[in-house]
Amino acid sequence: MSPVAEPTTATRTPLHVTGELLATKKVGAYRHLTLVAPGVPERFRPGNFVAVSIGAPGSDTTRLARRAFWIHQVKPVGGYGPTLQLVVEPTGPGSQWLASLAPGARLEVTGPLGRPFALPKEPVSCLLVGEGYAAAPLFPLAERLRERGCAVNLLVAGADEAHLLSALEARRSARAVTVVTRDGSVGLRGEVADVVDDVLGRSQAAVVYAAGPLATLHAVAVAAEAHGAWSQTAVEQPLTCATGLCQGCPVPVVGEDGVARRVRACADGPVLRGDRVRWAELLGEAGEPR
Amino acid sequence: MSIDLGGLTLANPVMVASGCGGTGRELAAYVDLHELGAFVTRTITLNPRAGGPVPRILETPSGLVHAVGLQNPGLEPFLASELPQLVQQGARVVVSIAGTTLGEYAELARRLGRAPGVAAVEVNLSSPDAVASGVLDVREPFHAANVVAAVHRELPRGLPLLAKVRPDLIRVVESARTVLEAGAAAVVVGNALPAAMPDGRPAGLSGPAIRPLALRCVTEVRDALPDAAIVGCGGIADEADARSFLAAGATAVQVGTALLHDPTTAARLARALTTDREVIG
Ligand SMILES: Cc1cc2nc3c(=O)[nH]c(=O)nc-3n(C[C@H](O)[C@H](O)[C@H](O)COP(=O)(O)OP(=O)(O)OC[C@H]3O[C@@H](n4cnc5c(N)ncnc54)[C@H](O)[C@@H]3O)c2cc1C
Ligand SMILES: Cc1cc2nc3c(=O)[nH]c(=O)nc-3n(C[C@H](O)[C@H](O)[C@H](O)COP(=O)(O)O)c2cc1C
Ligand code: FES
Repeated sequence: MSPVAEPTTATRTPLHVTGELLATKKVGAYRHLTLVAPGVPERFRPGNFVAVSIGAPGSDTTRLARRAFWIHQVKPVGGYGPTLQLVVEPTGPGSQWLASLAPGARLEVTGPLGRPFALPKEPVSCLLVGEGYAAAPLFPLAERLRERGCAVNLLVAGADEAHLLSALEARRSARAVTVVTRDGSVGLRGEVADVVDDVLGRSQAAVVYAAGPLATLHAVAVAAEAHGAWSQTAVEQPLTCATGLCQGCPVPVVGEDGVARRVRACADGPVLRGDRVRWAELLGEAGEPR
Repeated sequence: MSIDLGGLTLANPVMVASGCGGTGRELAAYVDLHELGAFVTRTITLNPRAGGPVPRILETPSGLVHAVGLQNPGLEPFLASELPQLVQQGARVVVSIAGTTLGEYAELARRLGRAPGVAAVEVNLSSPDAVASGVLDVREPFHAANVVAAVHRELPRGLPLLAKVRPDLIRVVESARTVLEAGAAAVVVGNALPAAMPDGRPAGLSGPAIRPLALRCVTEVRDALPDAAIVGCGGIADEADARSFLAAGATAVQVGTALLHDPTTAARLARALTTDREVIG
């Protein structure tokens, strides 16, 4: 029996709203955005994301494909009620546009989207593994797990210190925090794959949650299986609609029935059981692991 | 005031284009499906299709280039779970189909003709990556007409057949005429334009980029076939776009790419055009 209660997708329907950027702050290599998106925060569960339109509402220059961002935090801001916090890494035109916005800007936001992390039925020990911006959804997850009496162990990774989501913040909700950077600027030097086995052994985790590049998720799923733990991996695929309409985001999996099929990362995921994902095919399909 | 599309009655002229409405469950978060003129399913084939490799969809300025490869669960699972769910939501369900042989088309028509809740069948004769993805090559209007005739023969009387043709200006009138003669109740003009992914894979181009082309095709078909029931499709994103297609002679419109960008598009258009009809009608 799975120790986690699988959430149903349909219980909380997403909304499509015009939101407003309240605040924006540079933190290392990232931009943290605080957004008012009426109704969206109230429906949030850790592992959900929002889809944002690139281009001002109503303008002729909006991009057709949506851009997805993990919901990092839901926080009340005086006078506005609950707001959404996103962590944006400016890489391409969409994320750069978002990162360049000034407070007061209006944004088309759809969410919360996707299947969230499944929570344990019992208060067990959990390991949360996050790399780069993708560590964002693990912080609210950690809080939720702690409320349930779970021991929370964190493994936070990034290319360097600038690409590390605040480990300081993490310490508040975790029993143990391990930090890995590729350049060794903070914590251990290396990749998640180098240390996950060891961290998993020490944490005695029954459930492992992971968010990050595909290669990292794969390494975590393999380690979890070796330790007899359950894994919940948050799979990012390029999304076009992000709402389940276009079938542009296939993830090869093995279904409950043992049959191989392709599910949609955005609507059937992004959180999928690590032992159900056909990693070799996914990594091959997505080209070089990031 | 309802709309008659070659025997298919619609509450308003706004339809969800094939392959752009998911299973219907997802869209239901943004619109009551019964508020729409009709919901066209993704193209269903007799056997399941896994679809093509990634990337499947890329942005271009003003458009999407896509090669989904007609991923679908196959007829049996569709009838067992997707169709009942759509019917339960009160959708006017139009099932889009494609086959690898005339026999498959006939089989699909036979089975769908008996399925409760199917309001019409749309034959996809214009998938831009179809030949590469292994469905029957119907680029010649004569072959397209053969498919329509085979499907028409198997459908119960009174169940309308929509034929979705290529928005290829040179041949669109000929295509429309032959499929209507072969038994189609209405012609959908048109589909994504044949295009290629940057790596050369066959793909389709859709979205605002193709709107003027699709509009021209609708105009030509209307001029040549004054009595035809026409559904305009290609790049429609807002009320003004939809109105220009209706003004050009379309009885209804289908919305695809715009829905992928903003899932509330269909609801907004349906509301705008329903009110309009009521006032005029
Ligand atoms: C579920 C999910 C959650 C995400 N959360 C965050 C987040 O919290 N913070 C953050 O900075 N980014 C996040 N991303 C990635 C983000 O959606 C954009 O892909 C990224 O910002 C690049 O977009 P761009 O327009 O700047 O770059 P471009 O390179 O121009 O992107 C072009 C296209 O490729 C797609 N694309 C390219 N790479 C990826 C990728 N790795 N994953 C998905 N789509 C891709 C984009 O969606 C877009 O359609 C997330 C992606 C997914 C799927
Ligand atoms: C992602 C995607 C998938 C599609 N799948 C199908 C399909 O299965 N069958 C079909 O007949 N048309 C399919 N189409 C074409 C659309 O139904 C529509 O005819 C075309 O995209 C032009 O309209 P638009 O510009 O409003 O999208 C697809 C289009 C897109 C963008
Ligand atoms: S991005 Fe459209 S279905 Fe997932």
